[in-house]
Amino acid sequence: MTRAARRRAINGVFVALCSIATFIALSALVMILWTLLSKGLGGIDGMIFTHDQPAPGSPGGLRNAIVGSLIMCALGMAIALVIGILAGTWLAEYGAGTKFGHVVRFFNDVLISAPSILIGLFVYELLVAPFHGFSGYAGGVALAFLATPIVVRTTEDILSLQPGALREAGMALGASRAFVIRKIIWKSARTGLLTAGLLGFARISGETAPLLFTSLGNQFYNAKLSQPMASLPTTIFQFALSAYDDWQRLAWVGALLIAVAVLFINIVGRVLARETHRS
Amino acid sequence: MDTELASPRGAPPGHALGEIIFRYACLGAATFLLAALAGVVVSLFIGGLPAFRTFGFGFLTSTTWNPVSEVYGAAGPIVGTLITSFLSLLVALPLALGVAVFLVEFCPSRLSRPIAIAVELLAGIPSIVYGMWGLFVLAPWFAAHVQMPIAMNFAPDSLVGKIFSGTPNGANIFTASLILAIMILPYMAAVFRELFLTVPPQVREAAYGLGCTPFEVIKAVVIPYVRRGMIGVIMLGLGRALGETMAVTFIIGNSHGFPHGLFDSGSTIASTVANEFAEATSDMHTSALIALGFLLFVITFIVLAVARLLLREAKV
Repeated sequence: MTRAARRRAINGVFVALCSIATFIALSALVMILWTLLSKGLGGIDGMIFTHDQPAPGSPGGLRNAIVGSLIMCALGMAIALVIGILAGTWLAEYGAGTKFGHVVRFFNDVLISAPSILIGLFVYELLVAPFHGFSGYAGGVALAFLATPIVVRTTEDILSLQPGALREAGMALGASRAFVIRKIIWKSARTGLLTAGLLGFARISGETAPLLFTSLGNQFYNAKLSQPMASLPTTIFQFALSAYDDWQRLAWVGALLIAVAVLFINIVGRVLARETHRS
Repeated sequence: MDTELASPRGAPPGHALGEIIFRYACLGAATFLLAALAGVVVSLFIGGLPAFRTFGFGFLTSTTWNPVSEVYGAAGPIVGTLITSFLSLLVALPLALGVAVFLVEFCPSRLSRPIAIAVELLAGIPSIVYGMWGLFVLAPWFAAHVQMPIAMNFAPDSLVGKIFSGTPNGANIFTASLILAIMILPYMAAVFRELFLTVPPQVREAAYGLGCTPFEVIKAVVIPYVRRGMIGVIMLGLGRALGETMAVTFIIGNSHGFPHGLFDSGSTIASTVANEFAEATSDMHTSALIALGFLLFVITFIVLAVARLLLREAKV
């Protein structure tokens, strides 16, 4: 074999290996989605959204879990958006280049990947143990701690993309810096800020670990944040590991609902992000 | 860039108060992030202190985890965490590199974007879904097609029988590592891809111009260019695997103590906390679980901090 032929052969093997790796990754996605659809789709009926979780053996739905998830995610996102956008704004507008800015950015990046179960433990120590009770508040706050770093990161990225001329123009007209940020920069970046919220929301809507010992779960319908609250992920966890066929079926339905919701939010966020980059 | 122009000194007096309030609200929110991180460390440390005091260094080395006799040693979950993380990295790393290289170098440009998006979406699927898939699809298949044949063909006291010993139900260290690998693969592939895209096209084209094959370009130009960043990505993947909770809890079998073989059931720090915390029987049990959480925090924090430091210059 000539040297050139050998080099070509090695390259051919390399290309084949990379293609196989991609094929394996994609088939994992297809297999998981296929399992979700085949096991979850059949279980979706009118009762899923209108009835609460049943006792084993009787019919029922997931209303209490869906409502609980929505409420706690809403609380989590409300906190995360306020703190996240303000902190992201500080990083992009005031703290860019300062030492403190570097420190905050660094630890925020660490927080993004921190194990979510530890956030659960922290919020347990913070809000559950002192008040002697699991609650929807604790669940929502735990979710807020998970979503905030993502909102911060995305907000900072988006605001840094806004043209400096926009700031200078505002300032040249005599507006204060805070005014320029709030009325010009935020406004011009509003799609991006929406993306920040969506990405944070996608991250927390499927989180299970931090809710296990903050909101705990609740087999009944409950919209009061001061009480233990059901959520889709914790209900799925409980039902999937149970010995009852109908509970396992509901768990698959729940898993399908969550996966579809997360995929949908991610795709919307991505489309919006692409539009921002284009304009 | 425009710090000079944007200095608040130039603001008209009427706006001064609002300016200050807004500025400090932003600063406060940024500081809050640091406070949150500090709060996690401090609260986990304080919560775990009784267990650290009672068991001392033995907490790290003892394999006895017994809520009934109130003796807690964390060696089992710690070793389980390390083994599953490294095994999953071993599986996911070559695959993730392959996917990233394929997307950047070989893929027809029309397919590249959809595949990259699919890979990123795979990274966004909640871990509980992976866990259910592992428990209901992977584990039964693995038990029937891998564990049973091995158990039938090798004596339990042979070398193979020992390495692969364990209840043939598919819920073990190895399948947990596989699920972890599937979970961190798309994440690592996505960051690897971003990293490879930071290599300037001129560098790559120069190598092609010298007559390099794509393999040689990757080996001799692209990988050396992003070497530090690649270690960062590996650490990021490791950080994910170390702290991943739900998927592992579903499939690792949740037994305490030291795993005896690759196909033996075990536990990780995260899975132990997830399983036992809400039903902890005593204050010491709770404290031991929080102490486990503190250990996990220290390990992942170091790993993630190193990862971020290595990735910072690549701006990924």
